[in-house]
This record gives sequence, C-alpha cells and structure tokens, in this order.
Amino acid sequence: MSISTEAARPPEPPGPLTWVRRNLFNSLFNSLLTILMVFVIFYTVRGVIYWIVNVADWRPVVNFPFLYLVGQYPRDQLWRIGLSTSLIAILFGLSWGTWGGLIRTFAVSLGAFFAVVALLPVQSNELTIPVRGALLANVLLIFLGFRLGRLQAVKGSFTAIAWLLAIEVITLILLPGLSLRETLTLLIGSALVFIIVYIIYQAIRVGGINSTLRILILIAVILLAAEIALASFPNLANTPLLQKVATTSWGGLLVTFFLAAGGIVLSFPIGVVLALGRRSSLPVVKVFCTTFIEVVRGVPLVTILFMFSVILQLFMPPEARIDRLLRALMGMTFFSAAYTAENVRGGLQAVSQGQVEAAKSVGLNSVQIMSLIVLPQALRAVIPAIVGQFIALFKDTTLVIIVGINELLGIGKSIINSDPEFIQLQAEVFIFIAMVFWISSYILSYASRQLETTLGVGER
Amino acid sequence: MRQKALLPLVVLTIFALLVTACGGAATPTEEVEEVEEPMPAPSGSGEIFNRVIERGKVVCGGRTDLLGFGYLDEAGRNIGFDIDLCRAVAAAVLGDAEAIEVFAITAADRGPVLQTAEVDMLSRNVTWTSSRDAQWGNFTVIMFYDGQGYMVRRESGIETQEDMDGASVCVTSGTTTEKNLADDFRNHGLEFEAVIFEDTASVYNAYEEGRCDVTTSDKSQLAAVREGFENPDDHAILGITISKEPLTPAVPHGDDQWFDIVKIVMYALINAEEMGITMANIDEMKESGDVGVRRLLGEEGDWGYTDLGLDSEALYRAIKAVGNYGEIYDRYMGPLGIAFTLPRDLNNLWSNRGLIYAPPVK
Repeated sequence: MSISTEAARPPEPPGPLTWVRRNLFNSLFNSLLTILMVFVIFYTVRGVIYWIVNVADWRPVVNFPFLYLVGQYPRDQLWRIGLSTSLIAILFGLSWGTWGGLIRTFAVSLGAFFAVVALLPVQSNELTIPVRGALLANVLLIFLGFRLGRLQAVKGSFTAIAWLLAIEVITLILLPGLSLRETLTLLIGSALVFIIVYIIYQAIRVGGINSTLRILILIAVILLAAEIALASFPNLANTPLLQKVATTSWGGLLVTFFLAAGGIVLSFPIGVVLALGRRSSLPVVKVFCTTFIEVVRGVPLVTILFMFSVILQLFMPPEARIDRLLRALMGMTFFSAAYTAENVRGGLQAVSQGQVEAAKSVGLNSVQIMSLIVLPQALRAVIPAIVGQFIALFKDTTLVIIVGINELLGIGKSIINSDPEFIQLQAEVFIFIAMVFWISSYILSYASRQLETTLGVGER
Repeated sequence: MRQKALLPLVVLTIFALLVTACGGAATPTEEVEEVEEPMPAPSGSGEIFNRVIERGKVVCGGRTDLLGFGYLDEAGRNIGFDIDLCRAVAAAVLGDAEAIEVFAITAADRGPVLQTAEVDMLSRNVTWTSSRDAQWGNFTVIMFYDGQGYMVRRESGIETQEDMDGASVCVTSGTTTEKNLADDFRNHGLEFEAVIFEDTASVYNAYEEGRCDVTTSDKSQLAAVREGFENPDDHAILGITISKEPLTPAVPHGDDQWFDIVKIVMYALINAEEMGITMANIDEMKESGDVGVRRLLGEEGDWGYTDLGLDSEALYRAIKAVGNYGEIYDRYMGPLGIAFTLPRDLNNLWSNRGLIYAPPVK
C-alpha cells in the first residue's frame, strides 16, 4: 500500500541550488558561460538604471502629462474627457462583473493606468490635487461597476446596451457644438440603428417582438415627438449645448486609443462580412469582396492613409468634407478589415462541411447556420491571428502622423521641438512612448491568451 | 411567423418617412435665417471670407513641431511666428485672436489643403516658389526671409565654402535642403560626403555627436538648434546663404477678397512697426497727430477697409492682439525670444537695411 503511494507521488521539485547546479553549472563550458552572462547582465542592468536615474533628463516626458494624454484638447473643457473616462471606467467594471475573464485584464489595466497617472511622483501644475483625485475616483468607479455587475439582476444584455448607450453619450460629450435639435436627430438615428440590429438579432434567435424592442420603439417615438415639438422653438432648438471641440485639437493617447478602438470595433464586423462575401456564391458580391480585399492588401497602409487624407479631398465637393480624424479612421478601418477578412476566411475554411450539413438536417436556415454554427467555430480558430492583427493596428496608429494628426508619437515629436533643449532629449521621449506601446500591446496579447484558455483553443 | 417579422419593418418605414419629413421641414427655416443675416459687402468672389464669417473661425494650416514658427506651449496652445500671423487675421476679421483652428499640415499635405481650400490660410513656414504659386494658391506677403546655410564647429576652422571640400555633411533625406546642398557643392567643384537622416532631430543629434563636420538647413532652423546645444558658442553659422527661402502665408485660389484681406493684415503689421505702433501704445497712438497712423488705425477715413468687408477698426484689432511685425519677431526670435535668438538681418524693415516693406495706407 505504502509503496504504491510512493510511486504515485510526483518526484520532488529540485531545490533552487540543485536547479542551478543542473542547469547553469553542469559543465565547465556552461559554468564559464554563466559567469560571463552574469557580468554582462549586471553591467547592462546597472548601465540602464544609471542612465534612467542619473543621465536621462525626463523633463520632456513628465512636464507635459496632459499633452501626452489628450493633446491640445482645450484645457477648460477637460471635464468632458474626465466624464467620458469615468463612464468608460464604470462600464469596464460592470463588464468585468458581468462577463469576468477577459474583461478583467482590461479593467485592471485601466485601473492601474489611472492609479499610476494619479500617483505620478512629479511636480506638475497640470496634475493638480483635484485632477489626481478624479483619476483615483475612476479606480473606485471600476470597483463599483464590478460590484454592480456581480448582482444577479444585471444581465449581459443590460451591460451590452449600457455600452452602446455610453458610446453614444461619449460622442455627444466629447465632440461637438451640436444644437439640441441635432442632438435629438442623432439620438433618433442611433435608436433606429439599434432597433434594426435588434430585429436582426431576434430573427436569428427565432423570436417575435419582445418587451425590449417595445421600449426601444417607445423611446424613439418620444424623441421624435420631442424633435417635432422643438420645431416651434427655433431659438432653443438651435442653441449649441456644448462648445464645439474640433478634432484637430485632439491628440496624444486620446487619438491613439480612439483610432485603435475605433479601428478594431469597426474593422472586425466589416472583415467578417467581407470574408463571408468572398465565399458567397453570388458573383457580384464575391467579385466585389475579393477585389476590395486584394486591392487593400496590395497597398501599404501609408498609401491608404494618404489616399483618404489627401487624394479623396480632391474629388469631394467642399460641402461633403469629412473630418480629418475620421478620414484617418476610415483608412485604418479599411486596411484592417481586409486583413481581418483573410484571417476569418482561414477560420471559415477550417470548419468542416459536415457541420453545415448537420445543421441543415436539423432545419436551421442559412443565417442561423452561419451565426450559430459556422462563425463561432471559425472565429475561435483564428483568435490568435486576429489579435495579432489588432496589435498591429494599434501600433500602426502612429502612421497617422504623416497626415498631420498628432497621436502619441506626433505629440512626442511636437514636444521635442517645443524647446531648443529638448531636441537633444529625443531618446527619452521615444523610449517613453515605446514603453507605453509595449505595455498596451502586451496587455492585448495577454488578454488574447486568456480568451484562448477560456474558449479552449488549441486543446482540441 | 412571417407577419410578425413584417410588423417591425412597417414601423421602420414609417419612422424613416417621419424623419425625412422632419428633416425636409427643417431645411427651409435654416435658409430663411441665413437670408435674414446681413451680408457684408462682397468684392471678388468672397467664398472663403463668407465661410470664415459664418464659421466664426479662421482655419489655418500650420505646424505643431517647428520651434519658433509653429509649436505648442505647455498647455497645448498653438504658438509661434506663423501662428501669430493667423491670429492677426482672425482678430481683424472676427475680432477675436483666439478664433483660430490650426491644422497640423505635413509637407506632403501643403499643396492639397490649399487646392481643396481645406484651410483658409496656410501659415506654415512655406517657401514661395513659382510652381507653388501657380499650382497651390495665392502667396500673400513675404513675412520671413530665410535661406539655407551651414553650421560648423568653431574649432574646425571652416570659414568659407572652399574650406568645406571633402567634409561630411549631416542632412535630412529627400528634401530640397539635400538638393540645394548637392547643387552648391557641385557649382563650386567641391566634394562632400552626405550623412543622411530621415528626421531633423536625428540630423542635429548626429552633428553634435561629431558624426559630421557640417550640418545644413534653413538658417532659422540652425539658430534654433544651436541654442539647444550644450555649448552653443562652440558652433558657428557661416555667412554663406545657398538658397532663397521666402516664407510666405498663402491662401487658396479663387477668392480675391480673402487674398486682399490677408495681405492688408500682413502689411498692417509691417506698417505698424514702421510707424512705431506697439501693442502697448496702440491706444495712445490712436490720438496721434500722424495722419498715417490715424489712417491705419481706422481713425480717419476708409482706405479700402469696407470694400474688403472689414470695419475700420479691423487692423487696429490685429495689431492690438499680436503686436507689430517686430514685436512678433522678437517674441519668438529676438534677443529675449522664448524660442531662440536670430539676428533680424534681412528681416529688418527696409528703413533698417532689411527687406521688410509694405505699401502705404492711403
């Protein structure tokens, strides 16, 4: 009995000394190599730390916290950014509580980000105590959202709707000197889009009109009534609610995250549609999608950005001008969508025909087969590829500098050139920006690994 | 099942119709309001001028990364010589020097933003050349006479062109700067070795680290960069100028009224310096006995102001907002300039042996 227990127990993990002897000093050559490397590592690390602490001059990095964060966004309007970030913070908390897993990484990173900025040990007339307090409050908001999300009453659909609403509200806070009427029109428009999406969703899930849809329609009708009523009060209707903040003044991380998040969120569905279109049996759809994908993939991103930013304007009538930032976002989205499409197509090919036949035999229609059987399996298979694509997209946002948009790198360059002394300090600025990108990309890739574990990718 | 699916579609269609009807109903009211607003007397086509008035902002193509000319202060505000010219126009036309919106324009963007009139005014350190004038837009008034020069270490003993034979030169790639450099050495029958970088900051870092004997760029740039070196006095900017770089604000083609407005504002800044009108003394100068001063500040008669759609105080506001030409120059590049120090040289008034000259107000 005791012998069999002995045998079942795994061997003792070796102690640290044993490990070192076995792996680092197991031969004369390896011992010499180990000693050499210890010296190399020691001097490198010491050199780097010495440079960071004593040689490097971090003024161009620490003196301009808001420039790096929001660029030229008017300083007297900063509360709008603050409000938006608080909304995002609470939503991330909520999603963490509702969905857990993957979102936790983002929520925790976001909280860490706020905490780090709030507690930065630098003197700055911009990072005042109230600003730091507000940033710390965001950490609390994330936690609050998390507790809220854990409540039984809060369901996934509620959180999803909250996100959609928040995106709408944030747009309305950040952008625009829109009048009351324009605001209402925008809200009605998005309510309609929302209703359409919901109907499609219902069609897939096989259901009729349920209470949510009724509420949505009711909201839309009330908004519409309000807008019609407003027509009789032109003064009220045309008063701008908030001062307009042109996107030319956006910059820094705000633009980087806007382009990355916007590009990812928009390019994913477009990519999926393109991938499906490319496999379609309708020749027009197929040729269109294939041409789009191949043309976009055959051109460098820089060229596409130039096309959208410069060339497109030459053909557009002056009234139909699109905002510069939006043009860049369109370019990034199209570029990323083409690559996502090819990734998704790879996943679609990996789903065996038998699955489709089986689904048909139980009587699902083609929309249901695609959305319930094929796509979930296809997308799961290509998560690593798609996340890789998104990380690339995130880093590619720096390219918009060539169309005159001051994202993080552009702001860095502007800061370098804002003082004769800083021109010699570009290494510090670039290293700082590189670190920001590395940390963000690492969080993305860490989250994707978590998602893979949750979904069991690679285990079968 | 089918009927259930149809219902939302019907609802949607009704909505769509309602929204369109509502939008349609809204448009006429807007048009009526536009007519009610008094239109300034137009001359020329006035397209851009009207647009500026309507928008309440002057959109300027500028830079955010060129020390002294267009850069950012700590609070992210656009500042610089070029930006102040834009502010002057905004102050004159709209009465508010802050009513500007600055687009950061890259080198490749300069032509297209003028051609498509995406900006009202390009004030971005652009050199006026014949081809640009023909293709891009109208160049207004030369506000800064720059030229490409050389910077060397004093200890190298280089003083003349001939001393530079065989030298290594740090330069940015693919710019006219590089081309001017090659032309200049070829014209003099001299050899050189180009050390090329993509980025201007890298060029100067390499030069300071001693990777080349000479660096070349526009003299204003060299002066700015030298200021940042550890020992600025160890470096000399040679007296040689190898290219003409008249930096000039430009406006899109097709609106003579706007073209004239920008010109009259630029000239007002120059005339103000000539007449000794500064930000500080402008209100006293209004009472001045000098008839030229009184005309410029709109105290006596109308010298073309209303023809351009401006009021008589427009130029007074411009000068009061940003100062006269000399004040703008000194603010950024004077002996106590916040960016760097550059002797005025060619950018002196004509009366001080410079080239800055403006037609009279009459």
